[in-house]
Amino acid sequence: MTITELTALLALGSIALFVIGLKRLSRVRTARSGNALMAGGMLLAVLITLLEIGLVDYRWIIAGLLIGGGIGVAIVLRAQATQMPEIVARFNGFGGAASALVALSLFWLAVVEVPGELTTVDALGGTAAVTLVLSVLIGTATLSGSILAELKLRGTLSKDPRVPLRTAVMAVLVLVGLGAGFFAMFAIADTGVAALVVIGVVVASLLVGIVLVLPIGGADMPVVISLLNSLSGLAAAATGFALSNQLLIIAGTIVGAAGLILTQIMCVAMNRSLVNVIAGSFGEAGDVEHGEYGHVVSADAESAAMVLEAAGSVIIVPGYGLAAARAQNAAYDLARALIDRGTQVRFAIHPVAGRMPGHMNVVLAEAEVPYELLFEMSEINPEFSQTDVAIVVGANDVVNPAANDTPGSPIAGMPILEVENARRVFVIKRSLSPGYAGIKNALFEREHTVMLFGDAKEMLTELAGEVTQAR
Amino acid sequence: MMGPLLVSLYVFVLAAFLGFELINKVPPTLHTPLMSGANAMSGITVIGALTLVTVASPSVGVVLGVLALILATINVVGGFLVTDRMLATFGGRK
Repeated sequence: MTITELTALLALGSIALFVIGLKRLSRVRTARSGNALMAGGMLLAVLITLLEIGLVDYRWIIAGLLIGGGIGVAIVLRAQATQMPEIVARFNGFGGAASALVALSLFWLAVVEVPGELTTVDALGGTAAVTLVLSVLIGTATLSGSILAELKLRGTLSKDPRVPLRTAVMAVLVLVGLGAGFFAMFAIADTGVAALVVIGVVVASLLVGIVLVLPIGGADMPVVISLLNSLSGLAAAATGFALSNQLLIIAGTIVGAAGLILTQIMCVAMNRSLVNVIAGSFGEAGDVEHGEYGHVVSADAESAAMVLEAAGSVIIVPGYGLAAARAQNAAYDLARALIDRGTQVRFAIHPVAGRMPGHMNVVLAEAEVPYELLFEMSEINPEFSQTDVAIVVGANDVVNPAANDTPGSPIAGMPILEVENARRVFVIKRSLSPGYAGIKNALFEREHTVMLFGDAKEMLTELAGEVTQAR
Repeated sequence: MMGPLLVSLYVFVLAAFLGFELINKVPPTLHTPLMSGANAMSGITVIGALTLVTVASPSVGVVLGVLALILATINVVGGFLVTDRMLATFGGRK
């Protein structure tokens, strides 16, 4: 058996690990092992590649793997649970950039740095020439789009400016990028000029990513990141074509396709269409309902605790505010204090509460809130009408009744937690400022709603203290 | 006998079908971890970078390749780690 045959066989093993791993990752019970299998598949892929390239100068390889691995570990260790979504966005950008850089590196090594006048097609063939341009374009757009997505998730960039004639601008940028790229590959024999044109393609691609993400609101970033993730998979696949590396094509394409399906699933969970998200229409109609609040009742922790002490059942509704204030432990403390008094306590999880689907699960799990206390939207919604007190902690749009009763609202039709059906509603919030959708929340004006203004963590800790003392 | 381009094309189309069929009905809890895991997998481009940085001379091409290798490795190592961290908190239930 030759080395080539051996590595080809091992590559099948790597692909099997990826496929089985991805499948297991989509089921709750097997998810963690699925991730481990995929990591194993990746390690195997790297080993196969090292075997394939044989004895070479390993300096750059070792340096690159060590530096990259070290930075990767450091980023994850330093991240807080609330930052996970941003981290995913950042890594995604790196992945896209890496694919583009591989294509650029190939272009420089095989064309620019080879003496003599020759086009890329002469040097690498037509397939590589075409896919090289695609890889640069998709990978670079993924990079700039992901950076912008991370900034929006962080709140560093909170504006969603409209780009005039956005679709046309994007189409022109993509066409110019592709056209210039292909021209450089097929027609320019002067490698210095070709290199300059390729740098122009990089610039155009950076702009494509920016124009794509700029007008889309922060609430839709999860979908955007998922879409960009799919794109970075395709960029890897294109790189695979350019290098005629089957393993790279297969793994990249699987990510591209699976990522697209996941994007679709996430859109359905948020009751939006992908076209709608990309068009950046969310929050545009925000001004329509940007009214002042009229009758709002607020109270302090002490009087709220008295109501809680008398309650037989309580549902806690966490939102991004809870994650941002790192109040998950305080929320669990309050839940335990109430449970000790014999009160029934449940947590209601909206699928898109927070900044990413499943964000609340991650945050609450960190506080070791037992799984049995967490209820999904469809399970818990019928329960609100038989519940004494609903405590909304830093959630806004996902409990806004406008989704059900105001047809013209930007969030009309979005599934919400029907908190207003509870006998009493407490809303722990810093102020009356609007959520992501940028609209007023009529829940805050309801007669049975009491606002508890303050930091989520402090307020919950105070409530827990009051409830415990009252024993 | 198929030419290499045709083989690659077959592989591409079949892999796309596989990817489309692989994921269905994911519980919302897993949307983020699944995205994160898939994202780590897109760092597969690391193997492309490895094949390009096999000479010692630091030409522009090699430097671009090393940059690609570093970024792809961050994507892979960080991506799988962060996914595991998310999932570990799920598994922590008693």
